[in-house]
Amino acid sequence: MAFVNGLVCRECGREYPAEPLNVCDFCFGPLEVVYDYATISEVISRDRISKGPISIWRYEDLLPSNGDDPVDIMAGYTPLIKARGLGKRLGLNNLYIKNDSVNPSFSFKDRVVSVAATKAVEFGFETLACASTGNLACSVAAHAARAEVNAVVFIPSDLERGKIIGAAIYNPTLVSVKGTYDEVNRLCSEIADNYPWAFVNINMRPYYAEGSKTLGYEVAEQLGWRLPDHVVIPSASGAMFTKIWKGFNEFACLGLLEGVEPMSFGADQNTAHHPAVTTRMHMTQAAGCSPIATAWNSGQTQIQPVRPDSIAKSLAIGNPADGIYALRVINNSNGSAYAVPEEDIVDGIKLLAETEGIFTETAGGVVMSGLKNLADSGAIKPDELTVVYITGNGLKTQEAVEGVVDPLMVKPTMTSFEEELSLRERR
Amino acid sequence: MSVLVRIPTPLRRMTGGKDKVEVESSNLGEMVDTLESAYPGFKERLVDENGDLRYFVNIYVNGEDVRFLQGLETSTSTGDEVSIVPAVAGG
Repeated sequence: MAFVNGLVCRECGREYPAEPLNVCDFCFGPLEVVYDYATISEVISRDRISKGPISIWRYEDLLPSNGDDPVDIMAGYTPLIKARGLGKRLGLNNLYIKNDSVNPSFSFKDRVVSVAATKAVEFGFETLACASTGNLACSVAAHAARAEVNAVVFIPSDLERGKIIGAAIYNPTLVSVKGTYDEVNRLCSEIADNYPWAFVNINMRPYYAEGSKTLGYEVAEQLGWRLPDHVVIPSASGAMFTKIWKGFNEFACLGLLEGVEPMSFGADQNTAHHPAVTTRMHMTQAAGCSPIATAWNSGQTQIQPVRPDSIAKSLAIGNPADGIYALRVINNSNGSAYAVPEEDIVDGIKLLAETEGIFTETAGGVVMSGLKNLADSGAIKPDELTVVYITGNGLKTQEAVEGVVDPLMVKPTMTSFEEELSLRERR
Repeated sequence: MSVLVRIPTPLRRMTGGKDKVEVESSNLGEMVDTLESAYPGFKERLVDENGDLRYFVNIYVNGEDVRFLQGLETSTSTGDEVSIVPAVAGG
């Protein structure tokens, strides 16, 4: 069962029932789920989690939906891989990759959508919808198929083909908007006001965003119920970044981490920080759309929206909803933010592929280049336990790396093969 | 000069349930003041104590975010469409 008391405005503290709402009626601040942690602490245990499903639903006690019959295409519990080759290249001896590109619709979005879709069905919605930079559209359409409800997904018209086909295959109503993601998002906010649809990242957003906490839980569990010294994360809206931090702190406060005593969450559940959580949170954005990194690096506490111009389309949110909260997490965790030069993104994709056999999308290229920067600058020491999050699959953004295709063109004869091989070796 | 203002759900209680209203104004600041006269308390919801647009409120004139224009000094003219949209969405 879900241990949810209701929703609360993160800005003014006004309380709301657990309904399909995302903003405070009074101050327009974001609404967040309020949990009954006292009861959760009585039922949750490492053993109970370990015996749960091999998906995000093993953490159902800390999710806002009822896990008895979730809309589940087996999101989550993705591999955490010791990165020996990449580590050697970067001089990091204790580096792990959280490979979330192998989720059912090939991005971390399956985590948030599984929670939102389950909640939408609980509320009785018959249509699942979203404003998407691509990966979310794929995931919403896939989960709607599984839940046997309608899907209406909105995307900017200039998305990569792999993402468009990756969404269209599930037969949603695909709406291609001639505009940026921020314009798609604005249109969807207006539509959400007028149609009885469950927009996962609008009226369902408080529940949806909670799904990203599982990226924190899993890393802790897979590391043997401990936290890394550093995490490196790609960011667009900042929501996932803040929820990984929340997940770490929930585990600590509930006494689920090795050698860590439980602690009260305090008056504001969303800012709870257990002193045992010393993980430094490093955010990476692409230089062509880096409003959060820019704010951090110029000492601002507010975000100035930007017009995106980046090949990392899945990160191209110029007006990030959780930007100010992400800044606070960077500050509280003694973390950092880095705007990766656009020309380094493809190099990052290749670096991961060539050293670890993992093909990631442009957002993964961003986080890889960010990781390299942290290693090169000495911000991450060689033996510190570091986890880098790979959140999407390279097959969806093939356009970015078409230049890698350079085959030996041969006739079907040994002579031709040997000639061409010899020429290539001399290059 | 009449502009069409689209009202989001959180503010419709103030407009008697109306999802759009027509306002005479030559810029956004004037539009907000006119709405305040018609629906007392409206301004406080959009503008903070310093007179700036609240952080979690986005206003668009003909689809353009006014933060990229002249903010509350952005001019409006007959036939313009203004949308007031909560900022917390997406991602």
